[in-house]
Amino acid sequence: MSNGAIIETRDLRKVYRVGQVDVAALRGVDLDVQPGEFLSVVGPSGSGKSTLFHIIGGLTPPTAGEVKVGGQNLAALSDAGRTKMRRRTVGFVFQKFNLLPNLTARDNIAVSRYIAGLGTHPDAQFEEVLRLLGIAGRLDHKPNALSGGEQQRVAIARAIVNHPAILLADEPTGNLDSENSKAVLEILRDLNQRLGQTVLMITHNPEAAAYAHSTVHMRDGRIVDRTNAAG
Amino acid sequence: MTGKIVLENLKNRPMRSLLSILLIGVPVTLILTLVGLTQGMLTDSQNRQRGVGADIIIRGSTVSSVISFSGASIPAGVADKVQQQPHVKLAMGVINHPVDLPLFITGMDVAKFTQMSGGFTFDQGGPLQGPDDILVDRYYAEQRHLQVGQTVNLINHDWRLAGVIEPGKMARLVVPMRTLQELDAATGKLGQIYVTVDAPANINLVVEGLRGLLKNYPVNTMAEYTAMYNVNQIPAIKEFTVVVAAIGVVIGVAVVWLSMYMVVLQRTREIGILKALGASKAFILGIILIEAMLLGAGGTILGIVFSYGAQWLIRTLVPASFQMAIVYAWWPRVAAITQAAAILGALYPGLSAARQDPIEALAYE
Repeated sequence: MSNGAIIETRDLRKVYRVGQVDVAALRGVDLDVQPGEFLSVVGPSGSGKSTLFHIIGGLTPPTAGEVKVGGQNLAALSDAGRTKMRRRTVGFVFQKFNLLPNLTARDNIAVSRYIAGLGTHPDAQFEEVLRLLGIAGRLDHKPNALSGGEQQRVAIARAIVNHPAILLADEPTGNLDSENSKAVLEILRDLNQRLGQTVLMITHNPEAAAYAHSTVHMRDGRIVDRTNAAG
Repeated sequence: MTGKIVLENLKNRPMRSLLSILLIGVPVTLILTLVGLTQGMLTDSQNRQRGVGADIIIRGSTVSSVISFSGASIPAGVADKVQQQPHVKLAMGVINHPVDLPLFITGMDVAKFTQMSGGFTFDQGGPLQGPDDILVDRYYAEQRHLQVGQTVNLINHDWRLAGVIEPGKMARLVVPMRTLQELDAATGKLGQIYVTVDAPANINLVVEGLRGLLKNYPVNTMAEYTAMYNVNQIPAIKEFTVVVAAIGVVIGVAVVWLSMYMVVLQRTREIGILKALGASKAFILGIILIEAMLLGAGGTILGIVFSYGAQWLIRTLVPASFQMAIVYAWWPRVAAITQAAAILGALYPGLSAARQDPIEALAYE
């Protein structure tokens, strides 16, 4: 199970216990994502794409199967190990932005570096990223003073400030109007193209999925199709 | 950054923060007030005993604690016998009667008292003239809003207020000894005897002599006696202080627990965000504990400020009955007590937060 992929899953399974009933969210997922790839995952609600996102992001362990992210076998990691992995290996962008409401945009970004043990000040190159994101002048505002689009761009900045191997985006345009959606998707594509940032994006939206190099289709906890942008 | 997160959290919920600080501050005030009252009243009593100017004190055979006075259990003849001892300059007997506790009215021979202590300094009026005259000190006059010439009913007896004296010499309320002895049906009896000797070098010699002479009566130098005015000598006061401190801890723990439990509920999603970013359980627990400890520190400071308020109220409303000191030595103790309460109270909510599942926390609305 080593083909140079930055994300590799084999027969990945996840069963949730809901009350007294076991619910299979993933039923054997095999997936490879190469470094520098922009992959979208689409599928109806309940198809297992969010569960896949959570497992790859180290937020929950798999029930069975293998999952390697940046060379680390997440199935073998303890809760503390997965916590440590999340600091530098993955960066999250959520549908609801999930910024800390009491901190400024700058501090929201800084807290990610602080938790990763990298201090609080971003490196000099990151200033360029902030300009690319168009939020350099909004960093001293708290989330409630920022538009949805600005909040999502701050969330993207927070996600990549530690130079993670993978950027995981869960419905990043789900709470945005079409104009801001387009801007955010273009930013993700720019980050992928200019910085070689690997991006795995979950979306319901086919137009959003089209920004990716390839799209994985999920249904009933399985990958049923994989297409690339050209086809 | 941890400090910034905590401070911003506190600032973002100012009412919750202030209410928590207030509720922690109240038991701190109670503890400091109790300790301050104990210390203040002991110091006041000690100073008033020193103000007598005596070298030796002889107390009645029925005294029950190291600093208490007895009823009128000493025959007046004992004072006469003491007066005849070598090196004794003056022996002065007095009699006490409790009024409104902790106040006593003291019957004395004012001429002897003046000889021993240099006499009272009068703020208003003058010395006792008739058998039903009374002197009160300034604190008592302020507390009861008394004016010279006014009739004061105490121990079911009408007294004419002859003068208002400066506080600090033996008693707050002074009446002729014979009148008080008659009212107490204790004619010819004394409560304690103060003695001065001809030279300080002879004090111990006289004490030894009196101990041999008066075997049933506690005889102490005034230095020994006033040194016994400390908290450790008051029966049960230490235990009472511990009980009040323990109640303070319980209240503090409950307040912090409730407050931090609410914090964890309100910030579930934020905890999920921090966990998604890779924050460890120790980091999350640390944030909750530091926030609780800051609330505890705020409560300590507020409690100290309130203790000054309590002192002002006591001085204003009941200056004669109670004296409250600000006991600085207890500041670090109450700080330690509130910090312990804050940590105990925040531990369960903090551990709950640290153990939260990040996915569930992120989904929390």
